[in-house]
Amino acid sequence: MLSIKNLTVNVGDKQILKGINLEIKAGEIHAIMGPNGSGKSTLSHVLSGKAGYEVTGGSVTYQGKDLLDMPPEIRAREGVFLAFQYPVEIPGVSNIYLLKAALNAVRKHHGLSEVDAMDFLTLVKHKVKLLEMNEKFLYRAVNEGFSGGEKKRNEILQMAILEPKLCILDETDSGLDIDALKVVADGVNSLRSNDRGFLMITHYQRLLDYIKPDYVHVLANGRIVKSGGPELALELEEKGYSWLEGQVAA
Amino acid sequence: MNAVTTSRYVAEYDTLAPTLPGQSLSWLQQLRKDALAKFSANGFPSPREEEWRYTNVSVLEKKLFAPSLNPSISQTDTEALKAQQLDDAWSIVLINGHFSAQHSRLDRLPAGVTVTSMAVALGETQKLASLLETHLGQVVKNNEHSLVAFNTAWFTDGVLVHVPAKQILAKPIQIVHIVTETDAMATMRNLIIVDGMAEAQVIETFVGTDNAYLTSAVTEVFVGSNAHLTLTKMQVESEKAYHFGGTYIKQAKDARFTHHNFAFGGLLARSDIHTDLDQASECELNGLYLGIKRQHIDNHTRINHLKPYAISREMYKGVLDDRAKGVFQGRVIVAEDAQKTDSQMNNRNLLLSDDAEADTKPQLEIYADDVKCGHGVTVGQLDEKSIFYLQSRSVDEETARNMLTFAFANEMVDKIKIKSLHDKVLEQVLVRFPQEGVEKDWL
Repeated sequence: MLSIKNLTVNVGDKQILKGINLEIKAGEIHAIMGPNGSGKSTLSHVLSGKAGYEVTGGSVTYQGKDLLDMPPEIRAREGVFLAFQYPVEIPGVSNIYLLKAALNAVRKHHGLSEVDAMDFLTLVKHKVKLLEMNEKFLYRAVNEGFSGGEKKRNEILQMAILEPKLCILDETDSGLDIDALKVVADGVNSLRSNDRGFLMITHYQRLLDYIKPDYVHVLANGRIVKSGGPELALELEEKGYSWLEGQVAA
Repeated sequence: MNAVTTSRYVAEYDTLAPTLPGQSLSWLQQLRKDALAKFSANGFPSPREEEWRYTNVSVLEKKLFAPSLNPSISQTDTEALKAQQLDDAWSIVLINGHFSAQHSRLDRLPAGVTVTSMAVALGETQKLASLLETHLGQVVKNNEHSLVAFNTAWFTDGVLVHVPAKQILAKPIQIVHIVTETDAMATMRNLIIVDGMAEAQVIETFVGTDNAYLTSAVTEVFVGSNAHLTLTKMQVESEKAYHFGGTYIKQAKDARFTHHNFAFGGLLARSDIHTDLDQASECELNGLYLGIKRQHIDNHTRINHLKPYAISREMYKGVLDDRAKGVFQGRVIVAEDAQKTDSQMNNRNLLLSDDAEADTKPQLEIYADDVKCGHGVTVGQLDEKSIFYLQSRSVDEETARNMLTFAFANEMVDKIKIKSLHDKVLEQVLVRFPQEGVEKDWL
């Protein structure tokens, strides 16, 4: 599904990603862990097409296509979804309007007709319930005045409605209390399927207690320095990151 | 004051004077004479005056506009007029500065409510004449600035609205000004009196066909004790037109006044909105100005807190594209006696092009010591983070920009409570900006 080969990325003159290699197959959940400043968020931003990053080498192939060649909205329509670490507040644009505009843009891209208004409302209300959100949120401006936890739920709500193929979760656990974390994790787990891949970026092991990854990778200083199964996350929780960072320097 | 060459308009005055309404009223003749003298002495405002720093009106002298004596209207222009008339309002129509009974819809006004032509009222009954004598020129004086004096000297007609005490109007009253002649000068004076405990909604619509012309409109407003007036100004003049409007309000004790100022049209448009607040009165001033091409849109507000416990809320937003220029000057003056004043003023500008310009100047003058006053001003562009967020949700960049622009402007449109008016205003917002991908019923 996703194949990252020797990806190098600069921000300004500074090299942030120094040769990333990663393969994600449909149905797999990959977690990327690493200390602050290791390049985790840069990777998620580059995959979703945010401006301000210069790809200096390597390639990213998504479902056989060159992902880096697509504008952000085409990546989204092709099924790449980024759940933001810091979701943006958009005053004046209601949640439900954005959901509908987004869903219709995806459908149009795949040659489908616009969603029926009643079907849409039924779908949205079902997903809202799943994420234990209040329906009133639908009619409020996107993320405006939402608490940190509400913003994260809203990201997962969008994901549940758009049903992307590749879900990138950037520090989705940050700012969540334990109850909210469970709800968000349940939402994510309900989307697990054989034709969907996940890339979870996280600083802490905590999220992985609720969303079990198939693979764990450690990103440090712009490189993946170690890969393994879920047990690697536990090891990191115990030992921290410094022992691995040491390996890179050597 | 700078020395001014005598305006060419003054030279024309004597030929026009006999045609102006109110010939037999000595108080009005005196008011007009005083106005003409002030205008003759000062000419049009100069950019050297602080209040006119960003707006140069010298073009008015270069191009001589002549008063129109013609209230007739062609079939095509009637369509333009009807397009702005609200179906669910009483409407009174002025064509080229003259009342048109034919196009007005004033049937079934409640007894005691007056909505009539100013010229008719000045020539008519004793009762209205005395109401006019005690109110006209009382909220704004001829020395306010030269364009007010100009208006007093030249006005050919206008509208008188009087809502008696305790009357709550079920429908809004719409005043529609339309100018259909090229190089015409339409000078209107309106007076709105809402007596104690009454409630009314009045809309002033300014529209014109695709010509260069001059609109001068001054509206004086009295809001009585415990009364509530919502006044909406919808300025959608021709894009070649010059518009000079002033709305001057006097609020009695506990009076509430809400103003919506939509400044969308005109090549050069200036509006002054001044309100005087008595004890515990409240005012809300909302504004939205949209500039495209080479439009110059200037809004000046002044809120005078004269007595204690009054509340003022002001929010003006501007969207400026192409080479358009927007000016906002907002003054809040808190008198020594106006303790416990609560005032908040905001101006937000969105620039959509590198050549667009916003000049904004909030001014607080506080002479009391126990007050709560705040102000905020921003001039910025669309937020790139928001655009990327929308893109990451499948929305293309152009649509994302349109959505965010509309969302910014729509906040002000949404404050309108009259549905038919809300839809008309929204329609005017949508024709001024690219709307690809933005549904009309999008919120």
